[in-house]
Amino acid sequence: MMESQPSIAFWLLAIVILTSGFMVVSLRNIFHCALNLIMCLFSVAGIFILLGAEFLAAAQVLIYVGAVAILMIFAIMLTSEISNRRIVQTTENKSVALFISVIFALSSVFLIMGTKIWRMSDQALPENNTLTIGKYLMTEYMLPFEVVSVLLLAAMIGAIVLARKEAS
Amino acid sequence: MFPYLALAAILFSIGIYGVMTRRNVIGILMSLELMFNAVNINLVTFNKFIIADGLSGQLFAVFVIVVAAAEAVVGLAIVLLIYRNWRGIKSDYVNVMKW
Repeated sequence: MMESQPSIAFWLLAIVILTSGFMVVSLRNIFHCALNLIMCLFSVAGIFILLGAEFLAAAQVLIYVGAVAILMIFAIMLTSEISNRRIVQTTENKSVALFISVIFALSSVFLIMGTKIWRMSDQALPENNTLTIGKYLMTEYMLPFEVVSVLLLAAMIGAIVLARKEAS
Repeated sequence: MFPYLALAAILFSIGIYGVMTRRNVIGILMSLELMFNAVNINLVTFNKFIIADGLSGQLFAVFVIVVAAAEAVVGLAIVLLIYRNWRGIKSDYVNVMKW
């Protein structure tokens, strides 16, 4: 079984991802949660670079950190109830949720560890990551590309229609 | 390959925990983003170690990112609507369709 030993960078990124991800779901101040989410997304971009997906890392930083997280912060700023001590941020079924997620994590990790037969391939990824992705998007994945652009257009129009003030 | 998959699994279950416990709708959306990222790590890992001759995993991750962005846009528009109607963004306010 080919097992490439991950570098020290992977462990550092993994620690940052898991701690900031845990902060996202556990902190009381929702604004701090958003900042931790940005940290987590940056570290996931680092993981992508370790896995040889440079284009995806750039897209992650541009779209997630640059657009989605900023949008979240805008929404937090536009609404209230951000950082009051009295606000209960969690529902009452906390222990059930903790139980379910711990069971899910343990079972999937054991499943991954127990699986011995991966059809590993020894080939390297294509050189010139971005070039190859661009070629694929314009040839083989033409239809999904167009569909996803229609989806983006629909999401944009839908958001405008939803957030517009009613002209009563 | 195993540490990457384990990292993705643990990140996904952190996201599950957040979705189930958060009372703030924006918190639920942020936990959803964590789960999307876990899925993307999985896709890229399999692309590197299993089917290294093509880039289909990375392409699928690109599409996942786009769909996640669209979801965040529509979700946050709905959050603003909830805030406008109920003066707050707790998810227990939205129980109109609850039987």
